[in-house]
Amino acid sequence: MNSDTIKTNVNPLPEYSSCSTCGINNEPMLDGNMQREGDRNEPILRPGNTNCGGCGMSVILNWLSLAAGSETRLQMVIPACCGIVTPGKFPNSAYGLPVVASTFASAAAVGTGLAHTAELNNDNTRVICFAGDGGTYDIGMATLSAAAERNEDLLYICYDNEIYGNTGGQRSSATPLGAVTTTTQFGKDVNKKDIVAIMSAHRIPYTASLSIAHPNDSLAKLKKALAMKGFRFLHVLSPCPTGWKSEPSEGIELVRKSVKSGLFPIIEIENDEVGETLTINIEPEMCEESLRTYFESQGRFKRGVDIPEITRGIERNWKSLRLRAGK
Amino acid sequence: MSNLNPKANLQFISANHAAAMAATLAGRANRNARGFGGGIYPITPQTECIEYLSKQDIEKGSVVRVESEHSAMGVCIGMALSGARTFTASSSNGLSYMAENVFAAGFYRLPMVMMAVNRTMGPPWNIWVDHGDTLMLRDSGWIQMYCEDNQEVLDSILFAYRLAETANILLPAMVCQDAFVLSHTMMMTDIPSQEQVDEYLPDLNLPHRVADRAVTVGGLDFPHETEAHRHQHHDAMMRVFDVYKDCQVEFKKVFGREIPDPVVGYKTEDAEVLLVSMGTVASTARAAVDSLRDQGIKAGSVRLRLFRPFPHLLLEKMLASAERIAFIDRNVSPGMGGIMWSEGRVTAPKDALVQNYMIGLGGGDIRPEMLEKVFADLLSREQAGPPQIVEVGA
Repeated sequence: MNSDTIKTNVNPLPEYSSCSTCGINNEPMLDGNMQREGDRNEPILRPGNTNCGGCGMSVILNWLSLAAGSETRLQMVIPACCGIVTPGKFPNSAYGLPVVASTFASAAAVGTGLAHTAELNNDNTRVICFAGDGGTYDIGMATLSAAAERNEDLLYICYDNEIYGNTGGQRSSATPLGAVTTTTQFGKDVNKKDIVAIMSAHRIPYTASLSIAHPNDSLAKLKKALAMKGFRFLHVLSPCPTGWKSEPSEGIELVRKSVKSGLFPIIEIENDEVGETLTINIEPEMCEESLRTYFESQGRFKRGVDIPEITRGIERNWKSLRLRAGK
Repeated sequence: MSNLNPKANLQFISANHAAAMAATLAGRANRNARGFGGGIYPITPQTECIEYLSKQDIEKGSVVRVESEHSAMGVCIGMALSGARTFTASSSNGLSYMAENVFAAGFYRLPMVMMAVNRTMGPPWNIWVDHGDTLMLRDSGWIQMYCEDNQEVLDSILFAYRLAETANILLPAMVCQDAFVLSHTMMMTDIPSQEQVDEYLPDLNLPHRVADRAVTVGGLDFPHETEAHRHQHHDAMMRVFDVYKDCQVEFKKVFGREIPDPVVGYKTEDAEVLLVSMGTVASTARAAVDSLRDQGIKAGSVRLRLFRPFPHLLLEKMLASAERIAFIDRNVSPGMGGIMWSEGRVTAPKDALVQNYMIGLGGGDIRPEMLEKVFADLLSREQAGPPQIVEVGA
């Protein structure tokens, strides 16, 4: 179903189904992270990094590496978040590219500076901001919004683990309703922000959501975003086993369930002179079993969630997405 | 002095415009290297500076209109890290909002220049001069200079780039001036030519600029690394005194004007009573000194131009013969007193009577007769008392 909407130059890969409950075959699987011609000599995420096992951020960094290939000169700005602990301590760096560790709210501003100097000097360098949900939804929001308004030539990737993971798991405005964190001991009582809606409302050239369970779709989007000019925003749901109280080995499966159930829509929104085009890249099956087990297999939802209410929210969201998609 | 220069290009401008012209000239001078830029954001009384800058056509330049002072400094950090010459300007609450990134720019060792117009911190809101805003940033690892007139503002910005970008310094520099007294007051100012500025400011070549090398700039330090980094930072600060002199000599050679010393004395040679001040208060102090000299009192004035690094030895030399010393602070650290006094009093001779007066807080107009009263109080004292706030009214 999704193959019509995805233009990817990744080799054709076998379709692979892994939904243990529905058994519907709609999710492609990458044939491993083997080194190929045109790949970077070193991956962006090198050995020696400090990431926890099962961290969703590691997956997206590896795919970013594959998508960029060896031809693209990259610089990355990372504000305070787990991603800036990833490289280890001075003078070592587990990142295979130049990284600036910015202050918490400043990724998009520092990225703007790097991009402007690169432009002035024809450096042919793509600047990436790589930030968590705290640095994106919360403290970095004004900076991010302004950079998007100015349509800076930046690729902004938000890996959203729905928590202040680096500080030990406090709520952010990306924490979902009902999730227990160290500052919402009885479960969060309000919904998370819709960051994709917020960013696409800036009418930036490209906004997309990426699933770490859907490599073909995600790689295609990463390649597309890397090649485009102007402000591009990518939202990645990134499992955090310590914060989600989930099994490290189940992270990808959890994201798959969130996509299958419709909880996490996989879409892209493009803006050009003609106007907005919203594409639904992965059709959800609105799988109730996936939704139920998504919540059940995470300790952070131990105080229970109102599944019927969440289902109504998912339906409302999809109604408006389909209106915007024109189908 | 500049009036005597036959080649002078005199213009009647405010210190805000003087600062913007200096930044523009310095920016253009880096056109053969990595270019120029920065983030800008308005705040009274600095706004005219960034307005002027945003109107300039700067070859290989890019001035970004951002949404906050925090991001203005963020853009400067990004551009400076990738090798460009950078500039921004701010005041009071803008500086406090920017503060986190001001420290970051210091710790990244980026030789950028910021013009700060000293304005009272709010609330309650007050747009007039007070030095408390930039003094709040004294520990941010930036060089700080406080100016007395518009020409000094313009010259100090060019001087600051030369000093900051020197290979064994690599520190950001803040050029401070008094709100309205300078920022909105027009004076005849000698504008140098682009050729002169090109000659004075070599291409910026930042050794640690972010390019292709896979390093993490500003990542994690453990205590031992932080000790080493702070040590290097402090050492670079302490080298400023020597490099300052070299930059003065070069400045005189290229522009024909003098850059004032870190500590500027007036009739100090035989002075028994001294007023120590910063910024434009020093001009008023000179008038008061003249008046006292007419009465046969051996008075003198000392202006602290360089606040970071703090010129302890130079100040000590200047105060050596004084019996009575007043530190005139245009700031208050509540619960302590004047910040300049608290830092500078250790440089006074052991037997001298040292009294702190905080005057002109919130921008009240300090007139010569008020400083004469301060002199009178200082002369009448049997011993120093606690720091004293002198109210000057409107």
